[in-house]
Amino acid sequence: MELTRRDLPAERQLKEAKTWEGNIEELRGLVSERALTGETMLLNMGPHHPSTHGVLRLLLELDGEEIVTCLPDVGFLHTGIEKNIEAKTYEKAVTLTDRMDYLAPMSNNTVFCMAIEKLGDIDVPERAQVIRVICLELTRLNSHLVWLGTHALDMGAMSVFLYCFRERERILDMFEMLSGQRMMGSYIRPGGVWRDLPDEFLPVLDEFLGYFPRKVDDYEKLLKNNPIWRDRTEGIGVVEPEEALALGMSGPSLRGSGVNWDLRKAMPYSGYENYDFSVPLGDHGDVYDRFYIRIEEMRESVKIIQQAVKRLPKGPFRTQNRKFAPPPRAELGRSMEAVIHHFKLWTEGFSLPDEEVYVAIESPRGELGCYLHGTGGNKPRRVHFKTPSFMHISALGTISEGHMLADLVGIIGSIDIVLGDSDR
Amino acid sequence: MQLVKALDPAQALQEAMPEVVQDIHVFREETTIIVAPKDIVTTLRYLRDTPGLLYNYLSDISAVDYYPDYSRPERFGVSYHLYSMLYNRRLRVKTYVPEDDPVVPTATVVWPAANWLEREIYDMMGIEFAGHPDMRRVLMPQDWDGHPHRRDYPLGYETVMFSFNVDEIDRHKPYAKQ
Repeated sequence: MELTRRDLPAERQLKEAKTWEGNIEELRGLVSERALTGETMLLNMGPHHPSTHGVLRLLLELDGEEIVTCLPDVGFLHTGIEKNIEAKTYEKAVTLTDRMDYLAPMSNNTVFCMAIEKLGDIDVPERAQVIRVICLELTRLNSHLVWLGTHALDMGAMSVFLYCFRERERILDMFEMLSGQRMMGSYIRPGGVWRDLPDEFLPVLDEFLGYFPRKVDDYEKLLKNNPIWRDRTEGIGVVEPEEALALGMSGPSLRGSGVNWDLRKAMPYSGYENYDFSVPLGDHGDVYDRFYIRIEEMRESVKIIQQAVKRLPKGPFRTQNRKFAPPPRAELGRSMEAVIHHFKLWTEGFSLPDEEVYVAIESPRGELGCYLHGTGGNKPRRVHFKTPSFMHISALGTISEGHMLADLVGIIGSIDIVLGDSDR
Repeated sequence: MQLVKALDPAQALQEAMPEVVQDIHVFREETTIIVAPKDIVTTLRYLRDTPGLLYNYLSDISAVDYYPDYSRPERFGVSYHLYSMLYNRRLRVKTYVPEDDPVVPTATVVWPAANWLEREIYDMMGIEFAGHPDMRRVLMPQDWDGHPHRRDYPLGYETVMFSFNVDEIDRHKPYAKQ
């Protein structure tokens, strides 16, 4: 008769119960006592697992197929962006923020620039604010399209992914027109945007807005009433509103539980108070609600962009305060003042006071906050980004408890995490 | 339901617990209430549960290192960014933490959301949170040396090679020797 692990003496059991690399004693208190004796199974999922959306490692304690404990482990994509920003002048650091949440680079740019603007009391012209709104909402569409494609792919619906990426490519083309880069544009700068909208941008945007709502209807048709999709998402990963708030969730994942909190409505920035849009809410707080909210958000985003294009005012696209924004190229040949400002800005940068500010915007994933502490000099003392993915991954353990292993994939997809956002 | 009128957080806290509030600082319409580390949990609980304040959402906890600037009361600062859904406003509670005893009581007893935020601060700044259920590193590897966000922690450039130190640097290089 072959011995199983349970037939071994107790001390051997502990020794043999190594389903992960490292000493199992380190896990005492984090997993249940049953895992230490080998009664439940410890399983490592990731960091190279296609449905963890990047490099997320989960240490799972399984009782059969049921998850007893889920311990997320992040940091595989930690690149020290916050530390690097401390060594750069404010304007140079904008480039680094692109790389955090690589599906929503414009949101990262915006929150960092808004923190700088608040700390330095820099004005942003009306036109720049409207351009920012267009960019932010296009970013939201971009991010939600990738989310929808990969979420559906995780759950076994292959074709949605291809359609979503087809539309996303058009958005990236538009970003390329704006900044010369498809993804890491650094288009949004302190005091406004890098340059004015190019002439060819608005016609392409108009064409895109013309056909995109029909595409959203198509995606909805593919999934909304699909019995397999509904079976796998309804009643899965339910989060109660109080629990979601206590866990620090935000954005569509919080609104899926029915909490009406959208920073674009609650604390409008960039002139969001001038746009007419609604905030979709869920009532069950399950994976399906979080899915449907994001579909609805795409429609709302299209509405916002249409209104923004209509009210796009004429005027400067960047602050006229030469202490913070460089003069236009043409002025350099005429004015000594302009040459001095140009030289000072590109060598020393501008200085901000030794104070702290906290600014938050509604990124596609939730509340993206930026804590900025100046030194009185040209480099920040500390920058800290409160990123929605970090909070959502920390909540993952609580949400997934008691679910089946297969449902975990759906839950990870529904809270829409990006590991670059979480690890920074 | 009768909505309780919004109270001024600094004033309310000063009236309820005058010994707790050390200082109040306003910059760009952001209020900061400065308290001692030992009072942080009572302050947060008071701000969360008092009608008229109800700061029910923890947005962020950030830490800052003031090294080598000694004009501040202590070396580290820990800022709690609170948000009130009902009154739609923000508040910052800040505490200064000494270098030789960097310990703050944990806020996880008030908000579970503080769990990973505090782990990140422990990881990056080396400030410990007393009573935290899982005080491990979160972003850096578990066996990492030092706390990268301290201002005296180098950014990690390669040492410049000169003839006098070329052998020394070569010895530390991780590549395989023949």
